[in-house]
Amino acid sequence: MSVLVGKNSRLLVQGLTGREGSFHTQQMIEYGTKVVGGVTPGKGGTKHNGVPVFDTVAQAVAKTGANVSIVFVPPPFAADAILEAIAAELPLVVCITEGIPTLDMVAVNAALKNSRTRLIGPNCPGIISPGKCKIGIMPGMIHKPGHVGVVSRSGTLTYEAVHQLTQLGIGQSTCIGIGGDPIIGTNFLDAIRLFNEDPETRTIVMIGEIGGNAEETAADYIRKQVKKPVVGFVAGQTAPPGRRMGHAGAIISGGQGTAADKYKAMRAAGIHTVQSPAEIGHTLACILSKSNTKSRATTKAAWKKKRRAR
Amino acid sequence: MKIHEHQAKTLLSKFGVPVPRGEVVFEKGKARTAAARLGTSVVVVKAQIHAGGRGKAGGVKLAKSPDEAAALAAQMLGMRLVTPQTGAEGRVVRRLLIEEGLDIKREIYLSILVGRASGAPVFMASAAGGMEIEEVAKERPEAILRETIDPATGFQPYHARKLAFGLGLPADLLRVAVPFFQSLYHAFVAIDASMLEINPCVVTRDGRLVALDAKVQFDDNALFRHPEYKELRDLDEETPLEVEASKYKLNYIKLDGTVGCMVNGAGLAMATMDIIKLSGGSPANFLDVGGGASEEQVTNAFRILLSDSNVKAVFINIFGGILRCDMLATGVVNAARELRLQLPVVVRMEGTNVEQGRQILRDSGLNFAIAAGMQDGAEKVVALARGQR
Repeated sequence: MSVLVGKNSRLLVQGLTGREGSFHTQQMIEYGTKVVGGVTPGKGGTKHNGVPVFDTVAQAVAKTGANVSIVFVPPPFAADAILEAIAAELPLVVCITEGIPTLDMVAVNAALKNSRTRLIGPNCPGIISPGKCKIGIMPGMIHKPGHVGVVSRSGTLTYEAVHQLTQLGIGQSTCIGIGGDPIIGTNFLDAIRLFNEDPETRTIVMIGEIGGNAEETAADYIRKQVKKPVVGFVAGQTAPPGRRMGHAGAIISGGQGTAADKYKAMRAAGIHTVQSPAEIGHTLACILSKSNTKSRATTKAAWKKKRRAR
Repeated sequence: MKIHEHQAKTLLSKFGVPVPRGEVVFEKGKARTAAARLGTSVVVVKAQIHAGGRGKAGGVKLAKSPDEAAALAAQMLGMRLVTPQTGAEGRVVRRLLIEEGLDIKREIYLSILVGRASGAPVFMASAAGGMEIEEVAKERPEAILRETIDPATGFQPYHARKLAFGLGLPADLLRVAVPFFQSLYHAFVAIDASMLEINPCVVTRDGRLVALDAKVQFDDNALFRHPEYKELRDLDEETPLEVEASKYKLNYIKLDGTVGCMVNGAGLAMATMDIIKLSGGSPANFLDVGGGASEEQVTNAFRILLSDSNVKAVFINIFGGILRCDMLATGVVNAARELRLQLPVVVRMEGTNVEQGRQILRDSGLNFAIAAGMQDGAEKVVALARGQR
């Protein structure tokens, strides 16, 4: 099993005929994802690379039985695309688009409450259940089916972590990129709760970054509810305060959202924290090799020792 | 995007937010007439820079006559103002706001931003006007009032009344406080602000509420809706290399280390800075070339990070997803040739077309060290930046 997506996912692509939409739809089909249709207003009734195109999400859902959509629509129109998917009661919407105005996301966020829809993103690489289904823009070949749940605010840093795991022969149940914006549909807490309840997910990798306090909130839940081992990393330990580090949400403001605070919360929750992004895979491998031990020490000491030895 | 106080006040006044009468001057010769035109017994001369903490640093001064205003202007224009927010290098004052002096009874704090946890606008207020809100938050968090606004119904008069009573404003001030707060919220939404702060908002002895200071930051993602705001941008307030990078849609932030970094993706770029630090070095910059960078962008990115004279070695860390390693390698090789690169470069690549990419680097005959992983790359580049080979 996996969380949110799998063999039964029937995907609708919003913004199918655009450059990004066309390219990644092809990639997803090659990975084995069931792409049942696309939406481009005004091009309904045509086919694009063999995929039937519809004018509206509602029509597409009625005709194809789609149960998840991915949004490649450009930033000025992306919130509208998400709202259309919510109105069509799609259970899951993955929004890849980067650069959506914050106030547009305020409206989306309000619509998500009391709706049937879960949103992943925006500004995210998407979600993949290796070997089953890829709904996103991540390189499929670096993944391997297995039992590690990966959740991250970043794109390429997630690939890095997944690559490390796969190189060590460790597969993943599902990898979720939750996105780098300040307002996102699915946060760390939501993702970790799903992994905690998924019997096939046995360990969790959580990759945070500076800004906000979503990592702290999730750490608190982990401390109280999660028995599965969790490995945690926070990017931006060296980031200067007050500067937006690429992601709209990655900013230390008013002394809030520092990596140090997040690490502190993670350690207090018994998460195996790693200071170096190169140690994520290795740390998880160590946990798996002594899976019967209850050790929840951080690897910081080990890292320091290693550094001194050099 | 940040704008100056005088621009923020002009903008907010269009939405009915009361601001002091004032005039912006760029030359010292204009200060006297500006002060005389205001006609008040006291005028305030305020340095316009994109950073707070100006008052304590000597960037806000009172003048009791137009002559005094002119003298202050002569002093302040061209001065380097160092505040806790500017860093040690400070900012050169290039413009001044000459404003009427007000008879102030008390000061309050007001701000609006989008709350991350609630995903909705939050109107904040505090009776401790004039203080840094971060300090208030740390020392007396209960002193900050917060109203989360439902975007469907918007900011209502009851929100304003609740805040006004919470601030301890007398009932007879409601007639000015409610429309003030409503105008402020209206402006926040209409201009797509990411942050709007009035610190302080003052109550005058004649019973008015006036925005004595105003800070506005626009949501960069929404600027396409407001093309007219482009002319409010002041390039003098930005780091030249960052301005250059923004032309090519590159996310570049200058830091003060010696290892130049070029990375794809914001998270990986931050993690790369972290691992350089952990390996004993210090990053010279944050640079995210983005997920789908073109060859031209890669070339420009390389040029920009090399323009920083502190850079002693370069670390290129790329995880190719959409961005193909062969394309990246071609861009890097071209840039290195074009710029007659002398500095050592460590390249770490993984992902799409990685073998072709590595081959292009090897075949170039240029001085590239190819790293086996992030750790290896970081160690190599830190050693090279120290001059060890």
